[in-house]
Amino acid sequence: MTNPVSVSPANVNLVGLSRSDYRGAASTLCQGCGHNGIASQIVAALYEMNLIPENVVKFSGIGCSSKSPTYFLSRSFGFNGLHGRMPSLALGALAADTSLKGIGVSGDGDSASIGMGQFKHIIRRNVPMVYIVENNGVYGLTKGQFSATAEKGLTLKKQGVNQFLPVDICAEALVANATFVARSFAGDPRQLKELLKAAISHHGIAILDVISPCVTFHNQDNSIHSYTFGKEHEIPLHELSYVPAREDITVEDYEEGAPREVTLHDGSTIVLKKLDKDHDPTNRLQAAMVLEEARRKNELITGLIYINPDEPSFFDGYGLVEEPLNRLDDSRLRPGREALDQLNAMFM
Amino acid sequence: MSDESPSHAIGAGVQAGPVVNDFCITISTVNGSGSATANNLLLRALFRMGIPVSGKNIFPSNIQGLPTWYTIRLSKDGYLARLEKDDIVVAMNPASFSREMDFILPGGVLFYADDIKQEITRTDIIAYPMPVKKLIKDADVAPNMRDYIANMVYVGVVGQMLGISLDELYAALDFHFKGKKKAIDSNFNVIKAAADWAAANLEKKDPYRVERMTGMTDDCIMADGNTSAALGALFGGLQFSGWYPITPATSLAESLNEYLPMLRKDPQTGKYTCIVVQSEDELAAIGMTIGAGWAGLRSMTSTSGPGLSLMSEYLGLAYYAEVPCVVWDVQRVGPSTGLPTRTQQGDLTQVYFNGHGDTQFVMLIPGSVNECFEFGWRALDVAERVQTPVIVMSDLDLGMNQWMTKKFDYPDRPLDRGKILWEEDIDALVKENKDWGRYLDVDGDGIPYRTVAGNKHPRSAYFARGTGHDEYGKYSEEPEVWERVLDRIARKIQNSTAYLPAPVLTSDGKSEIGIIVSGSAEPAVMEARDQLKHKGVATDVLRIRSIPFHDEVKDFLRDHQRVYVVELNRDGQMGQLLTINYPEYATRLFKVAHTDGLALTAKWVRETIEAREEKVS
Ligand SMILES: Cc1ncc(C[n+]2csc(CCOP(=O)(O)OP(=O)(O)O)c2C)c(N)n1
Ligand code: SF4
Ligand SMILES: [Mg+2]
Repeated sequence: MTNPVSVSPANVNLVGLSRSDYRGAASTLCQGCGHNGIASQIVAALYEMNLIPENVVKFSGIGCSSKSPTYFLSRSFGFNGLHGRMPSLALGALAADTSLKGIGVSGDGDSASIGMGQFKHIIRRNVPMVYIVENNGVYGLTKGQFSATAEKGLTLKKQGVNQFLPVDICAEALVANATFVARSFAGDPRQLKELLKAAISHHGIAILDVISPCVTFHNQDNSIHSYTFGKEHEIPLHELSYVPAREDITVEDYEEGAPREVTLHDGSTIVLKKLDKDHDPTNRLQAAMVLEEARRKNELITGLIYINPDEPSFFDGYGLVEEPLNRLDDSRLRPGREALDQLNAMFM
Repeated sequence: MSDESPSHAIGAGVQAGPVVNDFCITISTVNGSGSATANNLLLRALFRMGIPVSGKNIFPSNIQGLPTWYTIRLSKDGYLARLEKDDIVVAMNPASFSREMDFILPGGVLFYADDIKQEITRTDIIAYPMPVKKLIKDADVAPNMRDYIANMVYVGVVGQMLGISLDELYAALDFHFKGKKKAIDSNFNVIKAAADWAAANLEKKDPYRVERMTGMTDDCIMADGNTSAALGALFGGLQFSGWYPITPATSLAESLNEYLPMLRKDPQTGKYTCIVVQSEDELAAIGMTIGAGWAGLRSMTSTSGPGLSLMSEYLGLAYYAEVPCVVWDVQRVGPSTGLPTRTQQGDLTQVYFNGHGDTQFVMLIPGSVNECFEFGWRALDVAERVQTPVIVMSDLDLGMNQWMTKKFDYPDRPLDRGKILWEEDIDALVKENKDWGRYLDVDGDGIPYRTVAGNKHPRSAYFARGTGHDEYGKYSEEPEVWERVLDRIARKIQNSTAYLPAPVLTSDGKSEIGIIVSGSAEPAVMEARDQLKHKGVATDVLRIRSIPFHDEVKDFLRDHQRVYVVELNRDGQMGQLLTINYPEYATRLFKVAHTDGLALTAKWVRETIEAREEKVS
């Protein structure tokens, strides 16, 4: 409605906003924390997608990760809820105006322990929003306890040896019937940014499990949640590009092999260029197998693991009026006197 | 005439002459047998005859097979409270047959299914057998419907013996089956056959009769509090409700779903203007409700004690982040799972102090079914006006039982959306060089202005949080900021009385004895007051309808030497809250509280007050 007029076209996007219009407050997280890298990619993705910040709402739970919504999109509304209970908050808020894009940020403690129930149920309902789990294998904010995604046998100074097998965020999402499941790595900004764009365009829940090292409490080279491990062992499933609607896909860019394309609800396309494997992310069985194989080999696979762009989203089922509910005036909200007379007669 | 109501001081049956429209019937059945329909038929038919009635269901926390009781009190004087003994018992359940006998007053009546081959131990009552099996056999109904239809036999027999109009029973069937002719007729045929059988085979030996009345039920309807609360909320512009099933609150949310198509489909487009979501648990129900309230929807959830406990943390956040939302607490007996199907006013102190840290929650306490409707819409107004959670304290007795109540009144004022700013409002502020901060107290009433998601003004957004924040919503750990914001919120809550329903005073001039009551305890208190008056003891009654307390409450304490606080819980929770608020009057307060799962009776209230008064004199 009130977009600043562009001054220097070179430094603004199609809606006339500069990168700084997408920034947030200065981060108070540790230097080098993976969560900071993810916040930067959210800024970049939204800038490049020409989304107006006022059309985005941010949500989070509690944790270092959940603090990060203040570090991007100052011009967007946001609500920092309770530990593990971001999903319910987001569901209610998004009902107010279903044209808004929801971005939720959570941690592995927030989603895989205290919030496992809400994580599963928001997926099951296919609430249209991006749900990022900034996964570091520990509880950062409470100073380094094991989280449920920590691998068995991991040793941490104060905690000793982790006795339990890890929860796999993507596998949990997949069995909960998520319509978009991806894994990425804070140390792979290009892929992360493209996945974020695809997630934002997806009409339904988009689960992004992003390995996001905690440099202060857990960044051991041999652990799947460290920068070193990621840099050395990340196995992308494909090279992934997001092509916005109305832009022609120039196949010449992709010399080797025909790329897979997945068209999203809003007309945008995800172009997946084959690497070692030929992963079909629309095949749920393949998605499950890819995850199981990675688990067995202790591999960090990244990319779009599963997508079903055609499922109806949560709000589609409610037959709501077109306008945002929070803009309806009183005459649309209070039934007339005749209706009450009728009810009174019924209860005689 | 069961208890000592002013009009009757002794048991009825031993008294000469007929007893008309003033007695109590309890029907004993097995739960899951479908007796609810039959009981409601009797209740509604009596109501349609112009007789003030109340019905209370005492049921087990079980789906099928355990004893359940339904009590109908007829009171020509309009008393709706529970009575302790029965004039008439209808016994359909062999398992509880021998116990039934203990509840019948001398001279009372026992109707019993004649296949119950047990000894009738009382000689001072009149017993009528009912050939239930035989009549059902003759009625030619499908085997799977027999238990259910069996209940229609007692409707017919009892109806005939008391003089309940067959036409009104037919009308009640029509109401129940929403006009479905086939169901109405098949039930009515059994009722009629049973009535005919009774007319031909039973000789009337008891004094109880019903007669048409006028003047007492005018402008009244028959409804339960949960349905009424849901309807009130839908008339209050409810837009979002997240909920999780729990007795006795379930039927509130289910009523929302039932009436949405009638009330909240947009007339032009046929699309809905309200969304109801069954959540995965109460942690999520309140999260959704708060999310919706924050984003500018009129939002509400409904629950009972165990669910309310789970909602604590989110409600604390909503208190501090100043998010409007409504929670209906349909109270049941706690602590713990307690008695899920019995009633209590046991959550008052929990709600008042809910959550960690310094909090205080705004509470509305409806005292009738009509008020459940009114508070249904009013609570949404208060929540948005004061920007805080509003907890409505209903209970199982009010919520699930059918009550005769005044017709629903159309809301007497437009929706109050509170202080909300849209794009043009912010533009206007900016033009006037005025500041906008989410938590700035611009008007001096402690209530700030808010914006909601979807507002497209670049200056509209803020980040809501449960962590320390300043007047602009910015994170802050500054000692003075923390204290300043919390103090303002306390002031806001105190000021909220301007928007809350005031207490209701009943007085015939001034007495030195005061009685304070709230919610569903009122009928027992008002009846006890009349009984005391009959005995020459004058009392004034103040019914509290909201917390924080209005000044009238303090005035009432000041003006009375002794104040009895009557409530349905063990510890006298309302009394505790009054003591905290008015320590200077603490010594005037007397606890009249108990809880055994059942609603209070006038007899108990009166006797407890009398016992105390004797000590005084
Ligand atoms: C109900 C509740 N229990 C415990 C806490 C304490 N707590 C704060 S953050 C956190 C763990 C966060 O871990 P994670 O979600 O992995 O986030 P990270 O800090 O690692 O990014 C815990 C247990 C809390 N805030 N609320
Ligand atoms: S403690 Fe770990 S997770 Fe938290 S900010 Fe520091 S590096 Fe990040
Ligand atoms: Mg973590």
